Order: sequence, then C-alpha cells, then structure tokens
Amino acid sequence: MSGTTGTAAPADMAAPATGSRTGDRIEALRAEGRAALIGYLPIGFPDVERSVEAVLAMVDAGVDVVELGMPYTDPVMDGPVIQRAAEAALAGGVRARDVLRFAEAVAEHTGGRVPALVMSYWNLVLRYGVDPFARDLAAAGGAGVITPDLIPDEGADWIAASDAHGLDRVFLVAPSSTTERLRLTAAASRGFVYAASTMGVTGAREQVGERAEQLVADTRAAGAERVCVGLGVSTGDQAAEVGRYADGVIVGSALVRTLLDDDTPWAARLDALQARTADLADGVRRARPGAASRGTRS
Amino acid sequence: MPDQPVRDALTESLAHQVLGRLADVQGPYFGDFGGRFVPEALIAALDELETEYRKALGDPAFTGELARLHREYTGRPSPLTEVPRFAEHCGGAEAGHRVFLKREDLNHTGSHKINNVLGQALLVKRMGKTRVIAETGAGQHGVATATAAALLDLECVVYMGEEDTQRQALNVARMRLLGAEVVPVTIGARTLKDAINEALRDWVANVETTHYLLGTVTGPHPFPEMVREFHRIIGEEAREQILERAGRLPDAVAACVGGGSNALGIFNAFLDDDAVVLYGFEAGGEGVDSGRHAARFSGGAPGVLHGARSYLLQDDDGQTLPSHSVSAGLDYPSVGPAHSWLHDLGRAAYEPVTDDEAMEAFRLLCRTEGIIPAIESAHALAGALRLGRRATQEGRTGQVFLVNLSGRGDKDVATAGRWFGLLDDAGTHDAGQDAGHATEGDR
Ligand SMILES: Cc1ncc(COP(=O)(O)O)c(C=O)c1O
Repeated sequence: MSGTTGTAAPADMAAPATGSRTGDRIEALRAEGRAALIGYLPIGFPDVERSVEAVLAMVDAGVDVVELGMPYTDPVMDGPVIQRAAEAALAGGVRARDVLRFAEAVAEHTGGRVPALVMSYWNLVLRYGVDPFARDLAAAGGAGVITPDLIPDEGADWIAASDAHGLDRVFLVAPSSTTERLRLTAAASRGFVYAASTMGVTGAREQVGERAEQLVADTRAAGAERVCVGLGVSTGDQAAEVGRYADGVIVGSALVRTLLDDDTPWAARLDALQARTADLADGVRRARPGAASRGTRS
Repeated sequence: MPDQPVRDALTESLAHQVLGRLADVQGPYFGDFGGRFVPEALIAALDELETEYRKALGDPAFTGELARLHREYTGRPSPLTEVPRFAEHCGGAEAGHRVFLKREDLNHTGSHKINNVLGQALLVKRMGKTRVIAETGAGQHGVATATAAALLDLECVVYMGEEDTQRQALNVARMRLLGAEVVPVTIGARTLKDAINEALRDWVANVETTHYLLGTVTGPHPFPEMVREFHRIIGEEAREQILERAGRLPDAVAACVGGGSNALGIFNAFLDDDAVVLYGFEAGGEGVDSGRHAARFSGGAPGVLHGARSYLLQDDDGQTLPSHSVSAGLDYPSVGPAHSWLHDLGRAAYEPVTDDEAMEAFRLLCRTEGIIPAIESAHALAGALRLGRRATQEGRTGQVFLVNLSGRGDKDVATAGRWFGLLDDAGTHDAGQDAGHATEGDR
C-alpha cells in the first residue's frame, strides 16, 4: 500500500497556525491543493489489539486525520454497519477509557503528524466526567472530540473543558440547519465543522447528497473556516467529488465494512481496509486538478 | 421510603417561590433535567414542533377539536371508580382507607396513551405532514398511534423490538388491522429502547414529511412538556371528581412510571397542592438487587439517553444497561426528565414494585372488583396496597388514595395466564412458551 508518510512535512511547517491541531493539518493539505481524508474506525472491533492494528494500517494507507469511534449501546446517528461493529466491540469488552490508548498509539506512530479525534455519543463523556475526559484525552495526545448528539446549545461544559485542555471540538451541521444555527455552530466549533451530507445516518450510499455542496458553501458563509463532509462517502470517485468543494472528506462505514466479515482471515481484512483507504486517498488527490500548491480559497 | 420529611417540605416551598406553579413549568429544562441531546439534523423539526404546539394550545379551533374528539371518540371524561373490596386489602378493613381508580383503561384503545396520540396527530395535520412513526413496547402506544393514523388518514409506521413483537403478538395484529406497518427491530437488545433508536434514525432521514409521535414524557424538548400538556386532562378530571366524591383532596396519588406520561398526567393537577403526596411506582422486576429491573431512581444515575438528561440505568462507562420488567410498558432504562426533577425536588417519591407484587395486585383487582388492569397499572395498585399498609402502621386511618388505572389488561391475559398457571388445562403446558403461542392456544 502506498503510504504518504512524510510528504506533508514541508507544507505543515508553512501552514498558518490555526490554534487547532486538526485545523493546522487541514490547512497544510489545503496548501498542497487538496482536501483531507478523515477515516473513522470504532475502537475495540473486533477486539482492542486488532483494532489498534487496523487504525494504524489505515493511517499507513493514507488517512490524514483519524476518527476514533467510541462504541455505544444506542448509536442513533449510525446505520447498520457501524451499529454491528459497535455491538461486537462492546460484546468484546471494550471500555471507554481504552480510547486513550488509541490516541496514544496514533500520536506515537505518526510522531504527532496525524491528529486523532474521538467520536463519541455524549453520555460516555458525561459519565467519564467532561473535564477529566478532556484532560486525559489531551494528555494521551488526542486532538479533540466529534459530538454527534451534542449541539453547542447544550455544550457549555464541553466548550469550557476543550478550551482548558486545548482540544478541537467538532459540532455537526445538517441540510436542515437554519442560517442562524449554522452561525452558532460555526462559532462554537474548533478544527472544522462536520457537514452531514444528507438527512440520515452513517452508511455507504450510491450518491453523496446533492445538498452537501450547498451546505458547505452556506456553512462557510456563516463563518466556518473549514468544513468537512461526512455520511455516505465510500469510493475514491465520491471522495474526489466531495474533495472538490470540501476541506475534508470523512469516511466511516465503507472502511468498517472491510473488517466485518468474520470468515475472512484478519490479514486479508487489513489488506482490504488498506486498499479501500488508498482508493479514497487517491480520490482526494485528484479532486482539484491543477490546484495551486498555495491556499487558493479567499 | 418514609413520607416527605420536613426538609423536603422546605425545599418544596422554596421551589414554589422560585418557580411559580410547578404544574406549568416549561422546557427545555426541568431543573437539571431535560434538554435536547440529539443530532443537529433534528433541531429544525423540534423548533417547528415547539412553535406549532404552543400556537395550537392557544387556538380554540385546535383545543375545541381535541375536546370534541375526547368526548365523542375517546370517551372522556373517564370515570372515577371507588373500589371498596380492593381497599379492604389496603392496610386492613378497620383502617377505613378509601381507594379511587381513575379509569384510563376505559378510554378507546384501552389506555391513557390515546390522550397524547390524538393531540399530536392533530398537530401533525396542522404542520402539513403526512406520515407518523412511533415506537412501542407493549404495543399500547403503537395501537393508539395506528388508531389515530386511521382516523386522520396518516401513513403510519411503528417500530417495535423483535422480542416485543413476539411477546405482544396480538397487538402487532391490531396495529396491522388498523393499517399500520409494524417493523420489528432486530438490533441491540430488541426491546423498547432499540425501537426508539430505530424511530429516531427514520426521523432524521424523513423529517420533512414525517412526525415522530413519541409516546411518553421522554425525549428531546418539546416532547416532555408537550406530552404532559396532552395528559394533564387526567389529573384535572380526577381532581374535580375526587373533590366531589370524597369531599376533599386525596392524601396520596399513585401511578406507575415507565417513561412517566400517565404519572405526570395525574400528578400535574396536584403538584401545587402541598398536602397531596405523590408516588410513582417503577418496575422493580425481580428486585433491585437482582440487577433485573427498571428502577431508575433506586438503581440508576443521571445521564443522557434519547435526547434528554434524566435518571438512567447505565454502567460505569455510560453504556445503557438493559432493563427488565414483567410489563413491557415499564421496561425502559430511562424516565421522563420532569420526574427526575420532581424526585430531586422531593415533590414526588419513587419506589420500585417487583414483578411478584404487581402480579399479586393484578389478581386482587380482578377478584375483588371485576376489573382486569394492565400489568403496568398493577404496579400502581401494588404501590397503593403498600401505602395503605404503611399508613395503618403509622397510625393514620381513613386515608384517601387516588390510583391512576392507566390501562386495561386484555393485552396481558396471556402473560397472566402463564404467570398463574391458568393455561395448563387448556393444553398449553410449556410455561416458557411465548405470548403468540399461548394466545393461539387460548383461542
Ligand atoms: C397501560 C400502560 N400504562 C403505563 C405505561 C407506561 O408508560 P408511561 O409511564 O408513559 O405512562 C404503558 C406503556 O406502554 C401502558 O401501556
């Protein structure tokens, strides 16, 4: 599998400091003329050991930002693929605190180059304690948290804790969000704003929602500096299409699916994961042919 | 739990000063509880719903139509029935306690659920949506929703855990007869909470045409407040009826608490009567120590599930724990945020009632009064028996207890038949057999 390790270093150094690890990374890639590839895997699937392996394999195959999913009993934003993986991970005994190991492993493996964001339903963070979670995640080298069921209106504790510990906080916007809510969410987010491409849950789709491009434009107009698109992206071609207009392409179910089949040997599943990742990584690289190697968006 | 100590009375009067009438508190928060912990995609729909429902409650065209339906279709006002033979078992005949049942079981479709369903279904028409989805555990809310959908010409999809579709096969057939599509949910624990997850996923994807007709006082704002508004009629009628019949307010009000809609509906009219003690009875299942229960207040801690912060059965990581109850309608790991608020304020007390206690009370009401209650409601009856014994022990006589009989037990006949071994000589020998089979054997 083609790794991209090292190629971004000069751009990294040229990138403006955004006050956010993920923000810096995305800006560095923007300077290279492309969108970031953000890859999601649930921790603990099929078990903690193998899932660390899978996350690092995904990094080696070309994701720019890692999204570590915390398995949860009631994942209302997730479709069947991620639900199944989460259920299996929980049955395998994964614990919330295990996510810290993953953040550490990614930071070590990449020398801090690849930011690791945690994606967690809110009750898990609440139960851990909002400030303790932020403190421990920052200490483990994690970059921040994506919160699918926490809106900024309910997030006062999290905003304070993420400020205190220098973490990114990624809130979501959806095609149904009003202009007022886009403004509120853009102002509350750090790192990037997560634009849900469609009204729906995670899962591969034939087509990425046609409202995604408009939503990205509207979210930028509402003040967001970086907007990444998730839900439904599964192929390199879709990544190329979304990478044309978004600052990052978020892929989950399509990656998780490569690991699901118990009857396939683990090594073959890792190969499939890397092949899928490489295809997506290739997609974001051909999204903007001829883009300058400087940031072009004004 | 003892009756409210002085400390709680102080908290309570303080609460009145700070909050005004407890009965009229509006969301999104009830004290520290409630809120909107949902994906952003749903916020626009929740805002629209809040605006529309507030407008509707102030619109005589809406309230008039709802009142007409309740009179002509639901059968309201529901009667208040005094049950003296049952009351003899409530702390002893000499103690002279009186028990009154608020007969929500006599509503069309057989439970209190119809109050909320008709209110929301009329709102759906006002909002111009054409499709409703609902979750159901026992099937009562699903049946009520399918009924309103048939009446008002709405497309209806009901999500139901696969385990519950088997336990409550008769209600599945009822919903399908009424024209609803019933979708068995095969992920997770395959019970009510998973049905709610699936309904939320459907709602996110179809929110432009679809209303989520949530069946109890849980969920994101405005559901807890709005569903209370549609059920407050229970308490308002009951308060008037008992003043007329007993000549005074009751000493205590008892209701079962699943999500908490029937309890909040009857409590609400008495929240600001400090002398009336309010008791919510949760499913104690096989006992709180067994770990197999749905006693959120004795066995849970505050947390977030399905859009609201409230007491919740959860493990050390915040993962939702499975609940258990002989009654599907109380088998839910969280509870409406207004109850958590009343609990922490000390304005209402919540106690677990075990499966065994509920089934004993179920049988007692059948035998003494000729009324077959829902097993959910039997938890409130068992609670009343406990309150009577406690009053007698503490030397209080002539107490007046008001119990919300939230539903009738037709749907529970198969469960009760197995529980009491009544199906054996009808050729059904396997006590572990599921409801569908037992029901068939019965026919
Ligand atoms: C008859 C009856 N009572 C009570 C309940 C519990 O719901 P709630 O606590 O919202 O009243 C149900 C729910 O299915 C029910 O059918």
